[in-house]
Amino acid sequence: MLATNRSDLTLLETGKLVPTAIFAALFGSMLLYFVAFAHSDILHNAAHDVRHAIVAPCH
Amino acid sequence: MLIRVLLAAIFAGVIAGAFASAAQSYRVIPLILQAETYETGGHSHGFEGHSHGDAGHAHGSEGAEVGEEAEAWGPGDGFERTFYSVISNLLVGVAFSMILTAGILIARQKISFKSGLVWGVCGFVVFVLAPNLGLPPELPGMVAGDLQARQWWWLATVICTAGGLWLFAFKSGIGWMVAGLVLIVAPHIYGAPQPDTIESAVPANLAAEFATATMVASALFWLVLGGSLGWLLARQAQQQSETEQA
Repeated sequence: MLATNRSDLTLLETGKLVPTAIFAALFGSMLLYFVAFAHSDILHNAAHDVRHAIVAPCH
Repeated sequence: MLIRVLLAAIFAGVIAGAFASAAQSYRVIPLILQAETYETGGHSHGFEGHSHGDAGHAHGSEGAEVGEEAEAWGPGDGFERTFYSVISNLLVGVAFSMILTAGILIARQKISFKSGLVWGVCGFVVFVLAPNLGLPPELPGMVAGDLQARQWWWLATVICTAGGLWLFAFKSGIGWMVAGLVLIVAPHIYGAPQPDTIESAVPANLAAEFATATMVASALFWLVLGGSLGWLLARQAQQQSETEQA
């Protein structure tokens, strides 16, 4: 199982790990929302083909 | 250190997004353009003001959709449209890369090119396979249920599937396995929002080709994203440990 592969190369000291992860998750989610989900016509039209291509609900 | 990890994530996202643009240009985008020639009549997709930017799109239906309200801006066909699609792909790549990085950090796993590929496969299952079981890939002109309801179902399915896979990967014991299974199956038992009718102007073979094309392109995107993210993060971790030893 993956769970047994405890890292000897930790990417970040523990104090920074959780804030970095939270920032990455929030930033990624917001970006995804604007490109693939926002109902704004302009955003929709600009990203139209990609919304279809990544099979996000589009129309 | 925070910045260097995030930069690795952004770089991996850009690589995967650029790759996605190339992969989509083979079948996915041509099929979307072909489907648009069948797209007629207004969209009755449950959200107001959806106008599709026909001014620039030239849907081949002589502006049949033009009507009710002023047209919103849309990229013109050809270079401009491709340009915005590439930008969108890069942004989607960075977005998914950030989300995957968050998972990798929280899981505290040893990361490498190979384990990155595993993360990529999980991303594909979570963000593509699971939502698509309920909401098949749509071409322009195909009918579908209410947009907002589908978006909520998509989000719920992604969260449940990710949670279920997480339990499978990082918890042991039959109880957690059952909980993971319930999470993964629940959205599909609840059911995705469906359209009232399945009649569509888009030929069935186009829709079938599109489903396969998007699955292949998405799978490749997630493998490239996972692999490059794993490689870059591993490189980053190695550099860090070398700096610490020095």
